Amino acid sequence: MTASAAASDASDTDTSAIVARVKPGSLEPPRLTAKNMSKRFGDLLALEDVSFTLSPGSVHALLGENGAGKSTLVKCIMGFYRADRGQILVGDSEVQVSSPRDARGLGIGMVYQHFTLVENMTVAENLVMARANLPAILNWKAEHAAIDAFMERMPFRIAPSRTVRQLAAGEKQKLEILKQLYLGNRIMILDEPTSVLTPQEADDVLGMLRGLCQNMQLSVAMITHKFREVKAFADEVTVLRRGRFAGTGRASELNAAQLAEMMVGAEPPASSITRSSRTSTPAALLEINALCANDDIGLPILKGVQLHVSPGEIVGVAGVSGNGQDELVEVLAGQRLPTSGQLRVNGKPYVPRRDQMRRERVRLLPESPLRNACVAQMSVSENIAFRSFDVPPFCSAGWWLEKSRMKQRALSAIADYSIKTQSADAPIGSLSGGNVQRAVLARELSDGAAVLVAANPCFGLDFAAVREIHGRIVKAREGGTAVLLVSADLDEIFALSDRIVVMSEGRIVYECDAAKADLAEIGQHMAGHSSDATHAAE
Amino acid sequence: MSDPTVTLGLWGVPLAILGGALRVSAPFLFVSLGECITEKSGRVNLGLEGTLVMGAMSGYGASLWSGSPWVGVAVAGAVGAAFGALHGWLCGRPKVNDIAVGIAMMLFGIGLAFFLGKPLIQPTAPRLPALSLGFFSDIPQVRSALQVNALFLAGVVLAPCLRWGLLRTRWGLILRTVGESAEAARAMGYDVNRVRLWATVAGGVLAGIGGSFLSLFYPGSYNEGLSSGQGLMAVALVIFARWDPVRCLYASLLFGGATALGPALQSVGVTSGYYLFNATPYALTLGIMILSSSAKRTSVDLPAELIAQR
Repeated sequence: MTASAAASDASDTDTSAIVARVKPGSLEPPRLTAKNMSKRFGDLLALEDVSFTLSPGSVHALLGENGAGKSTLVKCIMGFYRADRGQILVGDSEVQVSSPRDARGLGIGMVYQHFTLVENMTVAENLVMARANLPAILNWKAEHAAIDAFMERMPFRIAPSRTVRQLAAGEKQKLEILKQLYLGNRIMILDEPTSVLTPQEADDVLGMLRGLCQNMQLSVAMITHKFREVKAFADEVTVLRRGRFAGTGRASELNAAQLAEMMVGAEPPASSITRSSRTSTPAALLEINALCANDDIGLPILKGVQLHVSPGEIVGVAGVSGNGQDELVEVLAGQRLPTSGQLRVNGKPYVPRRDQMRRERVRLLPESPLRNACVAQMSVSENIAFRSFDVPPFCSAGWWLEKSRMKQRALSAIADYSIKTQSADAPIGSLSGGNVQRAVLARELSDGAAVLVAANPCFGLDFAAVREIHGRIVKAREGGTAVLLVSADLDEIFALSDRIVVMSEGRIVYECDAAKADLAEIGQHMAGHSSDATHAAE
Repeated sequence: MSDPTVTLGLWGVPLAILGGALRVSAPFLFVSLGECITEKSGRVNLGLEGTLVMGAMSGYGASLWSGSPWVGVAVAGAVGAAFGALHGWLCGRPKVNDIAVGIAMMLFGIGLAFFLGKPLIQPTAPRLPALSLGFFSDIPQVRSALQVNALFLAGVVLAPCLRWGLLRTRWGLILRTVGESAEAARAMGYDVNRVRLWATVAGGVLAGIGGSFLSLFYPGSYNEGLSSGQGLMAVALVIFARWDPVRCLYASLLFGGATALGPALQSVGVTSGYYLFNATPYALTLGIMILSSSAKRTSVDLPAELIAQR
């Protein structure tokens, strides 16, 4: 199809030939079928006999927990992995996909959860770079003109000369989708495309995709775990559970309870956390005053953060990632120096150093704990002792480490927090993600934290681990800990928080009582003022 | 004007520095352009010091054997390519650290050049010709300062060509993509390792040619202390030039001038602290590294993959 489109108009340049491929009214996208796919990684059977069909012009949601095999399935289709068994059909003919390049040749493109854009390059460079058969010498003027002409036909536009670094998250995700269209791909696979977007941006992007599908310009397979998006935007849904097929159907005919049952089997989907209601508001324990800090390239990223957390309170910080949440946590953890502003704990100025953290019992639950809170090669016992190995009873005379006491303590933590490990001496890197997080929780919480800063504590964990970790955080709150919860997952924020604040462009821009919180309102504040710029096309 | 040496006076110092810059900066220029290509692909090759010394040795040997200095330059480039390929191949193995391989390659290159170069210290090989750009002047110092080597001029032309190539050609775009985001490049179906291998080979070729300049033009003989760390300084220079080939050219001239400071002062009779002035390029390297690094931010020009791997 590509070749004929290019050949039909000999005067056309290479770029406009590509643009021509996504003209409305051309042939409908082919049917994509994956039959009886199986894939094994060592002992783990990641995918077992899963089939799935993407009808032309439809939006097909792939639903499932973490580790259910959704990503493995699409990576087999995209040629990142080679399936042990199974067939892939495009239209009616079987195809061999052994590399992403093969998939591209078949008109199948993928949009990843994390952007695969080059931040330091322009929109035009990112689009052109993705193309096969680049000319040896690039005529940027002609490329820009061709891209402008292409954008003209798209539901939204992004100026080709802008640097990707300057784009908002929603614009980046749209650019990823535009890139696939620009490449002429007719089948698009999206891996959790909305995880970094505000609810409004997500609706915007998914609505646009659905429109393209209804025009028969595109078929979309979309990995997600959000029921709302399945109900609102998908035509069909296929559910996977532990690597196996768990059900399929039309999205309009399935309700959330049925989907949840398919996803988790007999287990209930999410915990309903019981908690005491707060009667009075005690004085703030953690105070953040006009806090400013710079990002890695020296530009201001925190621009006067004003926030306080009281004992027995969970304050949830919502926001689109990249608005300073990571840097706020890094400042509180002592990993980043503030440029101005003040931290106070218990009314006293607080500098996040080891002695002050210990004195004020300030504890941290960072994102990706294996990387940020553990030394993977050291044992579970040693990792649990990180906060206390240099003080009695774990240290004698200021230098001698009492290994046996550390181990005793670790064994009781392993029992209390039901950490699944071969032994206390096993390297913590050998544990599963949920168990690493449990070990970190044991270290941070078991001797009573006054302040707990948690950043995306459940990222990448399964339901059981999420439930338990949420339970521990709420329990800490019941015990009087002041909890600052920074999370990209709005459901998590809504489930746990007493008070919700929204962070946007380095400031706290909105605050409300969790009981009265409104999702749409919070979404608008998350989007800040930059959301207007993405609607240039209309 | 009967005795220009006297009338020139202190003007001789900047003139000697300029002449030195034109004469000495070629190895800096070639190595830094080579390293610039390699680092743009997201990999550091610290082994270019070894490649430089190997280039000097093999170029001198080939010139001696063939009687043509240009054959020497070609052989030096080929040896540089082989060293680059070895570095690139080793770094393409899983879990191999490019810095460690680079240091090993540097020591290997220096050691091998010492071993193979023993018979080359005595004989005199044909040298590269110089172009007399000072023909307009009858002041001998001006004429001698403007004795410029054709290879240096090639490097001067190469720098803007490379900048243009990085921005305007397919290869430049692919190279930058790989250096900025290996993940994005892989998602687009590019073989990251192969791109980096070729970038390292290209860097090696330029470093080898830079080495041949050392033995075939200035100082123009082969001995074991020939390079005195110029290859390493050139790597630092790339950081100073913020990964831009044209800025590499300016920085090379600056370093060349700094290297010529000691001899220039000596020529007007300032002999005290001669060795101290000779240390200027090293001090300059140190100063630049301190000024250009910051604990609080990273440069936007830094190819993102150079940090991502650490």
